[in-house]
Amino acid sequence: MRVLMFGWEFPPHIAGGLGTACYGMTRGLARNGVDVTFVMPHASGDEDQRFVDIVNASDVETVFGNVDSDSEDIIEKMSFIHIDSNLVPYLSPEDYETYHDEFVKTGEKRWETRDVWSQRYTFSGKYGANLLEEIARYAIVAAQVAKDHAGEFDVIHAHDWLTYFAGIAAKRVSGKPLVVHMHATEFDRSGENINTQTYAIERAGMHAADRVIAVSNLTRNIIINRYGVPAERVVAVHNAVRFTDKGEAWPERGVEDKVVTFLGRITFQKGPDYFVEAAAKVLKRCPNVRFVMAGSGDMMNHVIRRVARLGIADRFHFTGFLRGADVDKMFQLSDVFVMPSVSEPFGIAPLEAMRSNVPVIISKQSGVAEVLDYAVKVDYWDVDAMADAIYGLVNYPALSKMFAEKGLEEVISLKWNDAAAKIKRVYEDAINECNK
Amino acid sequence: MKTVCFYFQVHQPWRLKTYRFFNIGKDHNYLDDLTNRAIMQKIARECYLPMNSLLLKLIKENKGAFRVSFSLTGTVVEQFKLYAPEVLDSFRELIATGCVELLCETYSHSLAALSSKEDFTEQVKAHQAMLKKEFGVKPKAFRNTELIYSDEIGAMVGELGFKTILAEGAKHVLGWKSPDYVYASASDQSLRVLLRNYKLSDDIAFRFSNQGWDEYPLTADKYAQWVSDAEGEVVNLFMDYETFGEHQKATTGIFDFMKALPKALLNAGVKFATVSETAAEHQPVAVIHCPHVMSWADEERDITAWLGNDLQNEAFAKIYELKDKVRSLKSDDFNYVWNFMQTSDHFYYMATKWLSDGDVHSYFNPYGSSYEAFINYMNVLSDFQIEVEKALEAKKSRKKSK
Repeated sequence: MRVLMFGWEFPPHIAGGLGTACYGMTRGLARNGVDVTFVMPHASGDEDQRFVDIVNASDVETVFGNVDSDSEDIIEKMSFIHIDSNLVPYLSPEDYETYHDEFVKTGEKRWETRDVWSQRYTFSGKYGANLLEEIARYAIVAAQVAKDHAGEFDVIHAHDWLTYFAGIAAKRVSGKPLVVHMHATEFDRSGENINTQTYAIERAGMHAADRVIAVSNLTRNIIINRYGVPAERVVAVHNAVRFTDKGEAWPERGVEDKVVTFLGRITFQKGPDYFVEAAAKVLKRCPNVRFVMAGSGDMMNHVIRRVARLGIADRFHFTGFLRGADVDKMFQLSDVFVMPSVSEPFGIAPLEAMRSNVPVIISKQSGVAEVLDYAVKVDYWDVDAMADAIYGLVNYPALSKMFAEKGLEEVISLKWNDAAAKIKRVYEDAINECNK
Repeated sequence: MKTVCFYFQVHQPWRLKTYRFFNIGKDHNYLDDLTNRAIMQKIARECYLPMNSLLLKLIKENKGAFRVSFSLTGTVVEQFKLYAPEVLDSFRELIATGCVELLCETYSHSLAALSSKEDFTEQVKAHQAMLKKEFGVKPKAFRNTELIYSDEIGAMVGELGFKTILAEGAKHVLGWKSPDYVYASASDQSLRVLLRNYKLSDDIAFRFSNQGWDEYPLTADKYAQWVSDAEGEVVNLFMDYETFGEHQKATTGIFDFMKALPKALLNAGVKFATVSETAAEHQPVAVIHCPHVMSWADEERDITAWLGNDLQNEAFAKIYELKDKVRSLKSDDFNYVWNFMQTSDHFYYMATKWLSDGDVHSYFNPYGSSYEAFINYMNVLSDFQIEVEKALEAKKSRKKSK
């Protein structure tokens, strides 16, 4: 079976869960005998470049960086296509506009910036004046790609709303079935104050698709209830997690106190406020705990002010945005990991924490809660329960040991091979239905 | 005869390096040596050395008629010794002329007066000891950090044996009164209060090079005329010493202005005096009441630049929580950190009032935002807390084994 996939960046150039998920998924698909032609946006910033850049399998190494050595299997099964575009994951129309305005103001021929999530945007005259225009332009190029590769694929798979128009265009040109993958909905990102343009694109993509893959049942329900997609077309396939053995030395601990960590973007969606309130409650009972908030985001200053007001700033630390090795180091230095997300379609961070032998507390409002048994689950708003769980894991070694050990076993059993097998079945269903 | 009283504030903080959560518990070197050294040497080159040599020349030329006062913080003297010993020598030379008075203040340019009497006394004593050791001087007049003053602070300063204190000639405190007289403190009437004439002080410190100012360019003769026209008995010109060559660059002509000023003022029939001389020569005309704390900073002349938001209040509360523990250790190493952590500049960097005074706030500010400043300070403080606790444990166990 052959799939034309509209995906996002690969490690080491990743902005978050999306790139990681694409990477794990394509590996899993390759193992399941699926050939993947992987299309991704890649901003060149160079005026003369062709719109489409076919990357040879032999060049893939540079795309992968040095993440691992056993990638031969995937190279055989995959080919890469770069479309020259400045789209990056997690972009919102407002962000794009802000940066585009800056580009116009500076009047430079080419302008680059990094935003709070440390993604690189490149602007120049050839890219769309706003995000929607750029998405439409991307779709036109995608249609050309589908035409050029006609007969080389059986199904189209598009990740995240920014590529949905590309998926629809490819489907119209080729007549092949379309599968769209919902990694997050607009309701997860913005609560009830949704961006209606984003919502409209998400909805159009899902209604045009033959199958919709949701990363959890939580997301599946949102899709059915709020986007009106027929339930029989929506399938939940939980993400898995893939670990490379880095064999790094464990970092030396600086502090003797127990360390409780929050790691993620400091935004409304991630519920940083609840973590702070729980921290204050725990510190009242046992002072020998330190709380760390790793990451950055639009709510960071608000959270810092709240921490200062609660008078716990000497026990509550901020690291700013962490990358690469520092993320691993942070997990390894932690004794408890908390993910208090208000709304989390899946949530890969707790799995990474469990992999580092760290017991985790996750909100019931996260997709990952559906696949984990050895994690403490609380409602994100239930600060008392969260504080209680933190206190228990910090003070009762038997409890934290149990969660750490069983959690590690559990997380290792979540394999992309199994998730990819499910995705393959979704492809088969879509193809069969299409051929009827 | 009208008296002009020049007083210059000389201060540099010890700037902290970028100190991350990962450093806590492992790294006990908190200072950004490179930045501290670079800034100190730059200011020494552009301000301290040329201005000191100019003042020395003026004092000698005028044979004692030109007199000024200085206050040097403990942290700036520490930095002179480490990075620019020639500046320290030039200050000693100035003091040796007998025309320069050194004032006492808090050792680390701290906000201890707002914490407690005990903390304040400790800081003042430390500064007195430093003046004695480095300059052989026993100060009689006092200036508090950023001219922070209230009746309560006046009482503490009087009790410590000082005869004079400096304060801002703030409108909201003075009302219809003029700053150009000597006043007595309401809480201790034997304590004289000299009030800054902020209009004439800021003409030099802020407006001198402002080409949009309708009095630009300012000449020594014009300025001398303003001073002699001012009603009252004294004109107190208090300013940062970094005004000369740093805030007002040499290219603005500030050094030429200062070179011509003493002659121009003397010709206008005005005489110079140091802080203590000014206070002794003039009778206080009234008592000055100041129930609320004021300072010389910003438009508001209050303390909100240092203790005006939650971040600053939290950092301030957390550092002074440690005082008893640090004191009981009686260790020079710990006192050294304890001192530089109290410096008011750290709190200044955490200010979130950026509107009209943003320029001054951002001068020499090593941080991108007040939040960054807060995080960095608290990380360093957390490590210091751990170190203090460890040292106390060690001390306890030593006592037991004895």
